[in-house]
Amino acid sequence: MKGIEIRNLSKSYGEVVALKDINLKFGGDKIYGLLGRNGAGKTTLLNIISNRLFPDSGEVLVDGETAIENDSAQRKIYMMGESNFYPEGMTIRQAFRWSQRFYPSFDRNLALSLVEKFSLGLDKKMKSLSTGYNSIFKAIVALATKVPYTLLDEPVLGLDANHRDLLYKSLLESYQEHPRTIVISTHLIDEVANIIEDIVIIDQGEILRNQSSEEMLKQGYTVYGTAAAIDNYIADKEVIGFDNLGGLKTAYILGEVDNIIPPELEVTKLNLQKLFVVLTNRRALK
Amino acid sequence: MLLLHFTDDRPIFIQVAEQIENGILADAFPEGSQVPSTTEISVQYKINPATVLKGMNLLVDSDILFKKRGVGMFVSSGARSKIRKKRKGQFYDNYIIPAVSEAKKLGLPLEEILSLIERGFDK
Repeated sequence: MKGIEIRNLSKSYGEVVALKDINLKFGGDKIYGLLGRNGAGKTTLLNIISNRLFPDSGEVLVDGETAIENDSAQRKIYMMGESNFYPEGMTIRQAFRWSQRFYPSFDRNLALSLVEKFSLGLDKKMKSLSTGYNSIFKAIVALATKVPYTLLDEPVLGLDANHRDLLYKSLLESYQEHPRTIVISTHLIDEVANIIEDIVIIDQGEILRNQSSEEMLKQGYTVYGTAAAIDNYIADKEVIGFDNLGGLKTAYILGEVDNIIPPELEVTKLNLQKLFVVLTNRRALK
Repeated sequence: MLLLHFTDDRPIFIQVAEQIENGILADAFPEGSQVPSTTEISVQYKINPATVLKGMNLLVDSDILFKKRGVGMFVSSGARSKIRKKRKGQFYDNYIIPAVSEAKKLGLPLEEILSLIERGFDK
């Protein structure tokens, strides 16, 4: 069974439940977006998959074998997390050599070309890296290891707009040269909306959505117009949220667009970020 | 390279197809020439390659592009007239209906719209 399979996974920190009986699969050489609000459980989930944290119950399988305390499974996974595990005094060059030893698939040429693209010095030491360059370094190693499962937890933390752009492009380029499963956990949803193929929304430790981005956005639509016209139109519709601006209203609706849209209303597709905000807010209100 | 412009209102794969069509109409991609690869478009515009491919396959299905195995995608002969014919069919829905609805909002009478269209043509 190829892929990362998560079965009935639960984890609590004292009284706080971080993950509640999660079932999930990552695989098929796809790029996934793991989306969730702060504290939703994204990092906990990724940390368990990459064996940095033990679950209370449940299991994680990598290509059919357990990921927990299992080196051969962990060699197929690279997790780019918040912390930089390389010693402070180590240079970028040395860190690459070290990564190469742990991950035989490490592509030194790719790493060097990315170092040049991002103007990162090879002789820089870990401790001298700014927040942005620390992220860049970690992302370069993550892409260059070319393992079957790459987990990126907030990969663009501290990066300026140019570097974020360059990172997304480098990721897509490397992915197409060497297709593999990549999971991107981020709160910058708009930026990754077109990059990800499948979406997992995690909320309060539970999986709220798990489907392709296209399917998800097809589930509904947005209508905009005067409040009176909108109220009239939505009477028999399933509305998941509103925005009001004076006498104008935007309604987010689940279901297929019907053919009889009044001409005074404007219809557009759902936007992933908006849908995410509406879905997670709605739950918080319940 | 052609400047593609993506908006938020319609599925991206449909926009990929339309933008390539625009390039063909503008003769940026003449008939018989190769269009940018899935990878190029994907990287340049930060779009998942599966989405780009889906858009390109729409054009392959309607004989606007054809695949040369191991080489890439090319513009079919007759592609321009095919796109023109299709777009003419959509002209009423895509341009006239919204223009008339805006005109009604503004209280513009028919004669005035007609004279505006004439002015546009004379420009």
